Amino acid sequence: MDVLQLLLSGLANGCVYGLVALGFVLIYKATEAVNFAQGDFMMLGAYVMVGLVNPEFLGLNFWVAVPLALLILGALGYLLDLTVIRFMFGQSQTSVVILTIALGYVIRFAAGLIWGHEPVNLHSPLALGDVRMGGVVLSLADIAVIVVTLLMTLFLFQFFQRTKLGLAMQAASQNQMAAYYMGIPVRRVQGAVWALAGVVACVAGILYASKGTLAISAGFIGIKAFAAAVIGGFGSLPGALMGGIIVGVIEPFAARYLPTGYSQIAPYALLILVLVFRPHGLFAQVRVKKV
Amino acid sequence: MRFHFKTSYDQDIRLFPDWWNFSLYALLLVLLLVMPWLIDDFYLGEMTNVLIWAVAGLGLMILTGQTGLVSLGHSAFMALGCYLTVNFMDTGMPFLLAFVLAGVVTGVVGAIVAIPALKLHGVYLSIFTLALAILADDIIVILDHWTGGVNGIYAPEIWIFGFEINRWAMPASWYYLALGTALFVTLIYRNLLRAPLGRAFAAVRDSEISAQAMGVDVARTKTLAFGFSCAFAGMGGALMGLFAGAFNNETFNFLLAIQLLMMIIIGGLGFIHGAFLGAIVIAFLPQLLAIGTDTLGINSVPGLETGVFGMILIAFILFEPMGLYGRWLKIRTWLELFPFARRDMFRRQKTYLKTERLR
Repeated sequence: MDVLQLLLSGLANGCVYGLVALGFVLIYKATEAVNFAQGDFMMLGAYVMVGLVNPEFLGLNFWVAVPLALLILGALGYLLDLTVIRFMFGQSQTSVVILTIALGYVIRFAAGLIWGHEPVNLHSPLALGDVRMGGVVLSLADIAVIVVTLLMTLFLFQFFQRTKLGLAMQAASQNQMAAYYMGIPVRRVQGAVWALAGVVACVAGILYASKGTLAISAGFIGIKAFAAAVIGGFGSLPGALMGGIIVGVIEPFAARYLPTGYSQIAPYALLILVLVFRPHGLFAQVRVKKV
Repeated sequence: MRFHFKTSYDQDIRLFPDWWNFSLYALLLVLLLVMPWLIDDFYLGEMTNVLIWAVAGLGLMILTGQTGLVSLGHSAFMALGCYLTVNFMDTGMPFLLAFVLAGVVTGVVGAIVAIPALKLHGVYLSIFTLALAILADDIIVILDHWTGGVNGIYAPEIWIFGFEINRWAMPASWYYLALGTALFVTLIYRNLLRAPLGRAFAAVRDSEISAQAMGVDVARTKTLAFGFSCAFAGMGGALMGLFAGAFNNETFNFLLAIQLLMMIIIGGLGFIHGAFLGAIVIAFLPQLLAIGTDTLGINSVPGLETGVFGMILIAFILFEPMGLYGRWLKIRTWLELFPFARRDMFRRQKTYLKTERLR
């Protein structure tokens, strides 16, 4: 039972990592850039939700606030692309990486200014109940995380495979000029994907905040999500989810069975191992480098 | 405007292109040498800080600016250099020997670490090095026998040839130590750029495949770049830790590595001057902000420094990707060509991105 409990709570944590990793993958798939600020987006999403729901701020009903928060983050993502990212169009991957690191700094600063640096709790109906199944206790939030993440991955996967916009995004990332020739409005498509990434980050943020306390430094779970995305291979949506779950499940087991001090190393050690032996992730997508 | 009429190939690789250039740098050196008599102890300490950041920045510059490999993990190597120096000194080694040896060992470790990293490109390398930096934090805690763990260690006394280097009793001594190290590293760096290896670095940065076609051994070049880069970063880290007086795992947090990267981008990627200009920004920005908030009468805002730093960085990447030194180059060209400079001279070429992914 002990093992099962660890497995399930790890699964719930892993799904949050997976959701943040989905954001990385989305942006990577559509713009070939990696958004190092995705974790901070998630933090921002959670704080926007806190600002809408908690009684000391606006005090709206939770279920009214959810679509509002999603909308706000989506709009923010689009605005960010419009005002900053779009100027980097066609520039190398690394400049975008550094730009998003800087964006993360600015987002943390802004969130600290608005909501303060004290940890807060989101007043979420998901945070209340526990569910007992056999000897295993799961909070409602954990179950919600798992269900929502699975649905989200399925939805995004279908979106990229089936819809016109999804295919346009893939084309725009593989060859921008060719995509232009095919009549794809590449810039607008990129704006759309940043908005989508904002929405995904907000979903992750709401679920994260429902699971526990929220602080400005929450964005640093983005680093664990990196581990997840790399293990899955950037550019693969199910891979990101798998990677997230692997990282999430390894953590509680390492904490349980390894001596203290060694346990928090586990996800990063795994990340390094994967990078060394499977440099493009378990679900690789790069064949041969062309000139 | 000066013209260089070249009569021999040596002129292309001279340390200084002409006497005018040489006298400028000589003047700068004299100014730096008499600095302790010009400014008070507080600003001398800040200048020392600038030079230390510049040493570490030059380390990262070799890797990121010259070879085009973006590392987010140099804090790990700075930590290694610092702890090695202290541990060597504990065995009774004189400071200078321990310091240089620590740099060399850090470089060798960096080169070994580079071997698995050779296969990684772009973002994957950044994430690999970021993971290293985070691991380093935990490893410092695990190896508390040598590192003092979370309690940290106090910097030992430093003696060079019977002369004590003490930050409080004599700030000028620390200043000269940092200045000497910075000069030493700059000289190696400059000479590296003139040597075949430096050219190979640039070739690998601009196009790995073309470099390969020109007969550059890419793997060897990258490994050496990592080695030199980590050696300098280690020396910078050693100075940083010893100058701070006490240090633990938090001193060499991965945020330090990110800050270092931001610093060299603000200064100007690929220029020696860039590392120094970036170091000036990073060392004096907190002071400037403190003065700013004081005059405006605002209480200190938590996180203001990093927030402003991030905004400066965004502005630079958007409007001046070549950094402060690049901006100076443009101003200089404008002055030299006056009134014939044209607006579009430095315009970025329009580029389109293509991926290597097939799915």
